Amino acid sequence: MKIFQRLVPWILLAIALFILPAALDDFRLNLFGRYFALSITALAIDLIWGFTGLLSLGQGIFFALGGYAVAMNLMLNTKSLAGGNGIPKFFENYGVDQLPFFWQPFWSPVFTLIAIWVIPAAVAGLVGWLIFRNRIKGVYFSIITQAALMVFFHFFNGQQKLFDGTNGLKTSTTELFGQLVGSPDMQVWFYRLTVLLLPLAFLVCRYFTSGRFGDALIAIRDDESRLRFAGFNPVPFKTIVFLVAGALCGISGALYTIQSGIVSPQYMSISFSIEMVIWVAVGGRGTLVGPIIGATVVNYLRSLVSEALPEAWLFVQGALFIFVVVLMPDGIYGWITKGGFRTFLAAFGIAKKAKTYPQLDKEAIPVD
Amino acid sequence: MSMSEPLLELNDVSVSFDGFYALTDLSLKLYKGELKSIIGPNGAGKTTFLDVITGKVRPTKGTVTFKGKSLLGVSEQQISRDGIGRKFQTPRVFENLTVLRNLELSASPEKNAFSLLGSGLPQSSKDEVHRIMNYVGLTPFATVKAGSLSHGQKQWLAIASLVAQAPEVLLLDEPVAGLTDEETLRTAELIKSLAGDHTVVVIEHDMEFIRDLGFDVTVLHQGQVLTEGPLDKVKSDPRVIEVYLGPPEQ
Repeated sequence: MKIFQRLVPWILLAIALFILPAALDDFRLNLFGRYFALSITALAIDLIWGFTGLLSLGQGIFFALGGYAVAMNLMLNTKSLAGGNGIPKFFENYGVDQLPFFWQPFWSPVFTLIAIWVIPAAVAGLVGWLIFRNRIKGVYFSIITQAALMVFFHFFNGQQKLFDGTNGLKTSTTELFGQLVGSPDMQVWFYRLTVLLLPLAFLVCRYFTSGRFGDALIAIRDDESRLRFAGFNPVPFKTIVFLVAGALCGISGALYTIQSGIVSPQYMSISFSIEMVIWVAVGGRGTLVGPIIGATVVNYLRSLVSEALPEAWLFVQGALFIFVVVLMPDGIYGWITKGGFRTFLAAFGIAKKAKTYPQLDKEAIPVD
Repeated sequence: MSMSEPLLELNDVSVSFDGFYALTDLSLKLYKGELKSIIGPNGAGKTTFLDVITGKVRPTKGTVTFKGKSLLGVSEQQISRDGIGRKFQTPRVFENLTVLRNLELSASPEKNAFSLLGSGLPQSSKDEVHRIMNYVGLTPFATVKAGSLSHGQKQWLAIASLVAQAPEVLLLDEPVAGLTDEETLRTAELIKSLAGDHTVVVIEHDMEFIRDLGFDVTVLHQGQVLTEGPLDKVKSDPRVIEVYLGPPEQ
């Protein structure tokens, strides 16, 4: 049984890497690539919300920053999309004939690969540090992150001359290594890349949530001011995890952008950032497996429902969220691990019965 | 530092919350190794007194010094690192950490975020944690989440966490509230065992417990020191009887 549990992650990885590409058509495989990309964002939110208790409603900022970073590089390096001055054509629509200065470094692929996670991390670190050092907590933290999201949304949405405004940057028609980014071959590679990065993101989150650092995060969630009286300053802990979560969201946004074919200010819409939180709640917060399940299941459901009944998805999502919060407060994963699945089977009379009572010496039931 | 110099000194400290004075010109000295019980009616300013020392509340007026250094404007975590530890009135433990993890976190000599990444607790601290956990009888519950402990066990975990933190000055706010008589006796033993190396301040309403501790008593009333001295002398003070103890039962 233990060996089996050890093998599970490898089996899942093998399925994702070899079986899914063989079993699914290009369109479906691409969708799964996107779900796995979004799972990285869900992991990041779990790190800050599930473990540390920081409910950020602004992770879309970092997600979109990662997406814009990769899209800017791809646009610059695609000759077919260049206008007269050798810069992306859309600039001509707004009478811009010189590349804005901050686009310049994005010519470099190396810079871009670093910027995808360092820029969101830097923004998150700075914003987080300012919020945390001023002891802004709870609902106020959520409101501030949402307000920051709105600021970023309006900035990107309104700046046609800098980012093509509301149109966003289309990556599907750009080229990489001489191939169209939107081509099926490229998309399979992006899928594989996502499948390999997701476990890495998982390991990063596990590094921060296990051990004594992880204990301190849980202590912050349980009773932050009490932790101060034990001699710990919560500010660096919170800043570090918020920064790491920002970096993960940036990587997630970049992977999502190249697979969905566009990055636009819609990635910084209020509803999208709230959806990210819903994925984590549905999957099970405070566990690292839960958010991956949540992001994949919710987005897969979204695809299925949207294909069948395009109008119905938002109602289904709302119902799903209420259902989970009321009936599965620990999310899908928490429900399974706490024996929910057995009660479910028991309802149909096919559950295995417990062999004996739980052993008292092992369960250590607290007594007065 | 000479013997006559106090370890902790409050001088003319006033704390006002929107015009209501929780402490009024309170002056109090605490010497190294001193053991003190503080009693007083509700609203006398006992908890605010601890809040001022531990950096939770900044006094409106007056000075607070520890080892000759001002504590005004110093953060809670720095005051804790400097050696002043506190147990809160309601037992505050980290509910989603196990008993062992609660104690290990408090016992950690490293308080810096980066030093907690990747490194384990030093063996000496681990041994100390097990010794304390054993002393308060929580060893069978080492792997139980603190949130599922009973009230009394949480009280002990809170006290044990404070001891694990190894402060020089221990401030205990109602350490035996909600404990059984036997637990109260054992808590008194634990606190008395700390005497010698530690400076201890206990706030309590349980007069039996105060008698058991045998510390000198300070009575607070309306944010000021009403009187100080051994318990028997304080108990017979007519002012203390009037504001706090009430007339002796017939």
